[in-house]
Amino acid sequence: MVPFAGWLMPVQYTSIVDEHHAVRNNIGIFDISHMGQLTAEGGSARAWLNTMLTNNIDKLDVGTGQYTFLLNEHGGIIDDLIVYRIGEQKFLLVVNAARTEEDFVWLQNHLKDERACRLENRSANFGGVAIQGPRIAELFHALFGQDSNLPSRNSIVDFQFEETTVSVARTGYTGEDGIEVFFGATDAVKFWNAALEKGKPFGIKPCGLGARDTLRLEMCYPLNGSDLSPERNPIEAGLGFFVDLTKPSFIGRDVLLKTKEIGPREKLVPFRMKEKGPPPRPHYAVFQNGERIGEVTSGTLSPSLNWGVGMAYVSTAHKIGAQIDIEIRGQKFPALIEKKPLYKKS
Amino acid sequence: MNIPDDLLYTESHEWIKREGDNVRIGITDHAQSELTDVVYVELPKMDRQANAKEAIAVVESVKAASDIYAPVKGTVVEVNTALEADPGLINREPYGQGWIFVLKIDNADDLKQLKDADTYKKQIG
Repeated sequence: MVPFAGWLMPVQYTSIVDEHHAVRNNIGIFDISHMGQLTAEGGSARAWLNTMLTNNIDKLDVGTGQYTFLLNEHGGIIDDLIVYRIGEQKFLLVVNAARTEEDFVWLQNHLKDERACRLENRSANFGGVAIQGPRIAELFHALFGQDSNLPSRNSIVDFQFEETTVSVARTGYTGEDGIEVFFGATDAVKFWNAALEKGKPFGIKPCGLGARDTLRLEMCYPLNGSDLSPERNPIEAGLGFFVDLTKPSFIGRDVLLKTKEIGPREKLVPFRMKEKGPPPRPHYAVFQNGERIGEVTSGTLSPSLNWGVGMAYVSTAHKIGAQIDIEIRGQKFPALIEKKPLYKKS
Repeated sequence: MNIPDDLLYTESHEWIKREGDNVRIGITDHAQSELTDVVYVELPKMDRQANAKEAIAVVESVKAASDIYAPVKGTVVEVNTALEADPGLINREPYGQGWIFVLKIDNADDLKQLKDADTYKKQIG
């Protein structure tokens, strides 16, 4: 167990590599109860949130969600999150555990009219699991009945589970098909055990933070605190797709427009080691032709590829295929800048 | 957790097996299970001289890189090159084929500083 944002979380239940393969080949379940849940509700919720978040909330129908950023005035990333429209005038923000309080205070401080939009931190009330892997449809039907339909991608739908109602979102952080399920905190143990029991025929494994990290890194999904920080903006992180600059105003927009115009100073790029050797790790220096050009923010040995991979912010040579060198314990090891994602299902 | 009685141990989870003037060194069952799947081992250079508690090898798991220390002062006389092709030996056989290096020790008295199995057992709880 390791301390993680005030929670005690397992890095692994059995083996990071076994858990990783369970998700890629069958199915795995992750405890995501640590994630934060904020709700915003009221007549002005939609318009107000659209000035606080980068993606365009107007595109969300009731029951759908989108990946988006909460930025500071410098365009720096306070948090990356998924916002769901769960009612005509009600939104659910699922945020990173370590940032929950900061997000809430930031949003609260920017909320001018509390009668027109009520903001609540509901994190303590919710538990959650992510169930991910190619056998998700079979397990979903085993849990919620053969007549229930899996929500469509990025949608969130309420289902009955025994005596309680749970929210099921077709989202995830692994690159596999899957769902994230949110329920009352007191139902967490019951749901976890039920999913493990019903998942047995499909080879389910409980998965820890270690596998969560290797799975997301193979897909080049960013990790807040490693790849994203208040010093980095979404354009630098290569995530401009989740920023709608056609919106008239949102916090950080001016800086992002400028970054887009003049080009980012540094960019987050995925890379793959050229030879078998030590895996890259966060904070290793990146060189090109002997010159230091950046730093690794995420790195590991990819269990799917059985090869060292990572992501780094580099100041030059963003081109796919360019050779860089990663300095590991004083020695330089060659790597190649790759396309996203680092792992593709064959 | 397997902690053989006939070995010596360090605070930093190395095990030490006396072989005449030499000691064979690896990491404990507890250490390998905490480290998780070992994916890379950086072996010490042959003939390298090391002081007690000097980092001379690196064991990398999926999760992190961890230094391995010389338990006593000595000279590296053997390294386990089988780990280069199969680093998982450390997970599967931490006290057997997963050994890491052999030191020729300067002074056998230095071994008195190391822990016996009972003391190590207490340390890891």
